[in-house]
Amino acid sequence: MKLLITGISSNLGRLVAALAVQRQHTVIGVDRRPWPAAPRAIEMHAVDLQKRAAEDVFRTRRPDAVIHLATVSHTSEDAEDRHRINLGGTRAAFEYSERYGVGACVFVGRHTFYGASPDTPLYHPETDPPLAVATFPELADLVAADLFAASALWRVPRMRTVILRLCYTIGPSRKGTLAHYLQGPRVPMVLGFDPLYQLMHEEDAASAILLAAEAAAERDLRGVFNVAGPPPMPLSSVIRVAGRRALPLPEPLLPLMFGRFGLPKMPAQSIEHLKHSVVVDDAAFRGITGFDHTWDEGETLRSFRFA
Amino acid sequence: MAFLIDDDVKARVARLQIPFNAHGYDKYGTSRAHLELFFSLLAPLYRSYFSVDVSGSEYVPQSGRGMIVGNHSGGYAIDGLLTVAAAFFELEPPRLAQGMAEKFLSALPVSASWSQKLGHLPGLPENAERLLRDDRLLMVFPEGARGTAKLYKERWSLVDFGTGFVRLAMKTKTPIIPMAFVGGGDVLPTVKNLYGLGRMLGVPYIPLTPWGLALPIPRPCSVHFGPPLVFEGTGTEDDETIEALVAEVKRTIAGLMKDARPAHERRVHPLPFIGGGAS
Repeated sequence: MKLLITGISSNLGRLVAALAVQRQHTVIGVDRRPWPAAPRAIEMHAVDLQKRAAEDVFRTRRPDAVIHLATVSHTSEDAEDRHRINLGGTRAAFEYSERYGVGACVFVGRHTFYGASPDTPLYHPETDPPLAVATFPELADLVAADLFAASALWRVPRMRTVILRLCYTIGPSRKGTLAHYLQGPRVPMVLGFDPLYQLMHEEDAASAILLAAEAAAERDLRGVFNVAGPPPMPLSSVIRVAGRRALPLPEPLLPLMFGRFGLPKMPAQSIEHLKHSVVVDDAAFRGITGFDHTWDEGETLRSFRFA
Repeated sequence: MAFLIDDDVKARVARLQIPFNAHGYDKYGTSRAHLELFFSLLAPLYRSYFSVDVSGSEYVPQSGRGMIVGNHSGGYAIDGLLTVAAAFFELEPPRLAQGMAEKFLSALPVSASWSQKLGHLPGLPENAERLLRDDRLLMVFPEGARGTAKLYKERWSLVDFGTGFVRLAMKTKTPIIPMAFVGGGDVLPTVKNLYGLGRMLGVPYIPLTPWGLALPIPRPCSVHFGPPLVFEGTGTEDDETIEALVAEVKRTIAGLMKDARPAHERRVHPLPFIGGGAS
């Protein structure tokens, strides 16, 4: 199939693209960031998704499926840019897809959509509400993008829309929210809390995303799906297996310590994610697509540690 | 901490029907190492300090889902603690009774982490249903915090039961194992609850005993399991039907408490100056 990937220059974008080429798909990439070492088989367009040139790619190339990966988290952009990329970019990707007859459109969101709170079920099914807006306002634009993308399910019934809510991805690239948190030798925790963390290897994530696009394009898959890898494990264990040392600090001290003394720079609201678990139930996605992870939690964290 | 681990406890933890991963955790965050330490520390309290007697352990299923439903007594959930110990030390093979913790416990430091590592999830129907569908042994106290708030003189009484547990048992086709916990009120005889101070500290109340702090004294307790109750249905039945079944469970537990009372009072003399002997 002819597959267009937005945000192709991101770590996950590159992995999905490489896998798609391997599976004989025609891959078209859109990203304002360059990917100089892109495989020759990939048709790269270094354009901003919200500019006319990007729409021209949709119009002239008429992809069968789109994977929308051009979203960012709080770790990489400031608030204004984040809002523009996450909301404006998602709107553009779905409008172009609708306008130019794309058959299947996959939005890749995050499991943090559900928010971290002490009084929510441990495992979130896809039907749970997005509590992240209340507990972590920095995630509001990602939540809004997720909900906007999901509205295509009823706004554009012709198009097979799939919303994926991926747990933390990590691996040898050492990129992403979890990798940012685990970057230093000492990793801050909230004293007295040890929430469950759900993570998957970045290659497994790429495989799940491509599988969703293939199933949407070829087998009429549509809907909202949680995607995860091996079962979750306590944060202290994640830190230990990643070869870091946990530094439990009293909660009031944490905002003062973030970004100092070799600790990662994080917004104060992210503390809720260091106190309470965000775990998703991924049974529906596994059941419908047959997806299975190939990297267990130890292998995944060691691939990050020894990269 | 390895020197604190009892060999017998370690062997029993290894026999629990819980799929721990290579790092010693199950998918709910229950930790093998924490269970070993917890039960090793609890064993002398369970066997000597509280001298817990258990009857009817044959009524608890050896495997598969089950719901232990019992009464609360004593200023905080020491009854839950000792029931978990009874399921672990007395059942063959040992089973982990997983409690539905009061939600405030998940918001507090240390208790949030430890309750999860010992297998006790926040008391939400979704968590309970998931554990049952995973064939775990659930422990439920339908009186909730109102039950632990009972004063010493009310220790042989039951307050209103919630109804959700019966709907859940029917929906998941789970047998209810009625259980009477006897003696909680004697080890922690509450004379007053400080609700205002509790709210300030983020808990429902602070119990006061005749000696001030709610520190349990060494008095015998007992756990009595009754024959399983199996209710057919879907859990969507009308309130009247469900309330009748809840009343049946409550009556059964009251009956187990009544049967256990004479023997208990031969072992433990009531404290008359704070209302002992009253029903």
